[in-house]
Amino acid sequence: MIYFIEQCLNGVQLGMLLFLLAAGLTLIFGIMDLVNLAHGSLYMLGAYFAASLVAWTDSFLLGVPLALAATLVVGMAVEVIAMRRLYGRDHLDHVLGTFGLILFFNELVRLIWGPAGMTLFLPAWLNVAVPLLPGLAYPLYRVVIIMVTILVALFLYALVMRTRLGMLIRAGASNREMVGALGINIKLLYTFVFGLGAALAGFAGLMQAPILTVQIGMGENILIVAFVVIVIGGIGSIRGAFIASLFVGMVDTIGRAFFPDLLRLVLSKEAAATAAPALSSMLIYLLMAAVLVLRPEGLFPAANR
Amino acid sequence: MTQFPALFRRHLIPVAMAGTLALAAGPAAAQQKTIKIGFVSTFSGPTAVIGNDMRNSFELALDHLGRKMGGLPVEAIYEDDQQKPEVGKQKTDKLIESDKVDFIVGYIWSNVLLASLKSAVDSKTFLITSNAGPSQLAGELCSPYVFSTSWQNDQTPQAMGLYMNQKGVKTAFLIGPNYAAGKDMLAGVASTFKGQVIGQELTKWPDQLDFSAELSKARAAKPDAIFVFYPGAAGVQFLTQYAQAGLKGQIPLYTAFTIDETTLPRQKDLALGVPGAQQWVNDLPNEQNKKFVADYIKKHPGARPSFYGAQSYDAANLVNSAVVAVKGDTSKKDEMRREMEKANFKSVRGNFKYGKNHMPIQNFYLQDVVKDAEGNFVLKTVATIVQNDQDRFHDKCPMK
Repeated sequence: MIYFIEQCLNGVQLGMLLFLLAAGLTLIFGIMDLVNLAHGSLYMLGAYFAASLVAWTDSFLLGVPLALAATLVVGMAVEVIAMRRLYGRDHLDHVLGTFGLILFFNELVRLIWGPAGMTLFLPAWLNVAVPLLPGLAYPLYRVVIIMVTILVALFLYALVMRTRLGMLIRAGASNREMVGALGINIKLLYTFVFGLGAALAGFAGLMQAPILTVQIGMGENILIVAFVVIVIGGIGSIRGAFIASLFVGMVDTIGRAFFPDLLRLVLSKEAAATAAPALSSMLIYLLMAAVLVLRPEGLFPAANR
Repeated sequence: MTQFPALFRRHLIPVAMAGTLALAAGPAAAQQKTIKIGFVSTFSGPTAVIGNDMRNSFELALDHLGRKMGGLPVEAIYEDDQQKPEVGKQKTDKLIESDKVDFIVGYIWSNVLLASLKSAVDSKTFLITSNAGPSQLAGELCSPYVFSTSWQNDQTPQAMGLYMNQKGVKTAFLIGPNYAAGKDMLAGVASTFKGQVIGQELTKWPDQLDFSAELSKARAAKPDAIFVFYPGAAGVQFLTQYAQAGLKGQIPLYTAFTIDETTLPRQKDLALGVPGAQQWVNDLPNEQNKKFVADYIKKHPGARPSFYGAQSYDAANLVNSAVVAVKGDTSKKDEMRREMEKANFKSVRGNFKYGKNHMPIQNFYLQDVVKDAEGNFVLKTVATIVQNDQDRFHDKCPMK
C-alpha cells in the first residue's frame, strides 16, 4: 500500500511538471493559434539560466526568480523578433519556423555553456527525503514541486478568469480583430501571453533541473508529452491541461511501475523485461488515441472554438 | 561567459594548424597514399562529451605517432552517429563507400555498433570498437575484421558481481537502460553474483531520465544493494535522484560505467563511496599510461581522460601496429589481421592478449572516487578484482 501511494506521488509529481509545460503551450496554441515547437527550448533555457544564476548568486532562492525573469524576457524577445511574423500564416509555417528556433537555441546554448551540460545542485535543506506517512519517506523536493505547481495553477486560473487582463486574453482568443478594433493593443497582449507561456516553460525547466540535470535538447522529448497533454485536455483550456497532466503523469508512472509485473504473468521473464518498458511508454499515446476517438475536441474543449 | 577563450582554443587553433599543414604539404601530398581512418562516435546531444573525449584521445595518439603510420600520413575522418543506430549505419556506409577508409574506429553504443557491423564486415573493412562490446559480437557475430580495444559488455559488471560477493551482498536489485548493452550488463552482473537478484528494471533508452518509479520499486523490494548501469549524463541523473530519494546510506549502490571522468565533474560528492569496476583507471602505473594521462591534461587543461578515451588511444596504436607490420600496404588484410591478433602494442591498461574472438583477455580493477589535493574528484584504483578475464561468449564464436 505504501508502495502504491509512493508511485501515485511519483505520478502526481510528473503530472505537475507536465502541467507547467502544457499550460504555456496551451495558452500559446489556444489563444494565439500558434504551434510552438520551440517551447521545449524555453524549458531548456529556464534550466540553464537557473543553473548559472544559482551558481552565480550562490543562493537557490535568489537564482530561481532571476532565472524566471530571464526566461520571461527571452520569451518576449522571441515573440517580438520571430513569432510576430508567423501569426495568420499556415500551421506548417509555424512548425518550420519554430523548429528552426530549436536548432538555433541548441547551438546558442552549446556556444555559451558548452556541450557538457550542467548540474543544478539543490541546497542541503531541500535535498532530503521527508516522512509523509509511517514508512513512506519521499523526496522533499518532489513535494515542493507538487505544492508550487498547485499554486501556479491557482494563480493562472485567477489571472485568466478573474482579472481584466485575463478577460482580454479570453476575448483575444475568441476574436482577435474585434478586440483590436475596440482599441486594445493586441500586439502587446500577445507579447505578454507568449512571455507568460515562456516563463511557465522556463519554470518547468528550472524545477526539473535538479532532478534531471541540465543539458542541450532536454526539452525535446518532454515537449511531445506536453503536446499529448494539451490534445487530451482540449487545446486552449488551462483546466483541461491540469486534469490531463495529472492523468498522463499517473498513467505513465503507474504503467511503468506495475505493467512489467502484469506482463510477467503472461510472458516469459526475459520477454517481459524487454517488452515492458516499450509497451508502458506507449500507454499515454493509447490514452490519447482513445480520447481522440471518443472526444475529438479533448476532454475540456475551450469555449467558442 | 568565461567559456569563450576555451572555445577559441578548441576550435580556432586546430583550424589554423590544419591550414598551415595543408600549405606546407602542398600538391605533392595529394598523390601520396594516406592511411584513412573513419571514426564514428557521438558528437552532438547530451552524450557528445563522451565522443569529444574519444576524439581528443585519438588525436593525442596520432600526435604521439607523429601523425604517421608506417611512414604514411594519417587522415582521420570523424562522423557523428547522434547516438542513433540508423544514423550510425549511414555514417559507416558513407565512410566505407565514399571515403574508402582503411579502418573504422569508435562506437560508444552497442546498438549503434550492431546496426553498423554488417557494412564493415561485408566490405572487409577493419572495424575497431573502442567502447561498445555487445555479447553478439563476442559470440556468433564475431568476425575476422572486427577487433575490440575495450571489453565485452558483460565483463565489467561480472567483475562488479564478484566484488558484491566479496562484500557479502545477499540480495540485489538491478536497474539499467533497455538496449543491447543494458541487457548485457544486467545479465553480466547476475552471472557472477552468488546472491539472489530480487528485482530487475529496464528503462526506456535514451529518453527516460526520471527514475522515480524504479527507485520506489527498489526501495520497496528492500535489497542489500542496488546495481546500476547508466552511461553518460543518465549516470548523473541516476545518482542525483538516488540521493534525493534518501537511498544513499540506506541501500548501497554498485555500478558499471556510471561514474567516469566525463560525468564526475557533475556528480561530485554524489559519487563519493560508490564503487565501480573498470579495465583502465587513470592512475594505472605503467609508463605509456602516465604519458597518455599527463599529455592529455596538458593538451586539454581542466579535463581528464576517461576510459572511453583510453580505449580510443589504444585503438589508434592497434591500427598503427597493423599498418607498420605491412609497411603501409593496407591491401594485405590477412597480415594486418594476424598482427593485430598479437595485440603487439603498448596498451595504456598494460599488456593484454586477444581471445580468438578478438576480444581482450584482461584484468578488471575496483575503482573508487576520491578528492585529490586540489579538491577535484578523481577516480582511483583500489584493487584488482579479477585477472586475465575472458568474456563468457567466446565459445560461441566460430573463428579459430
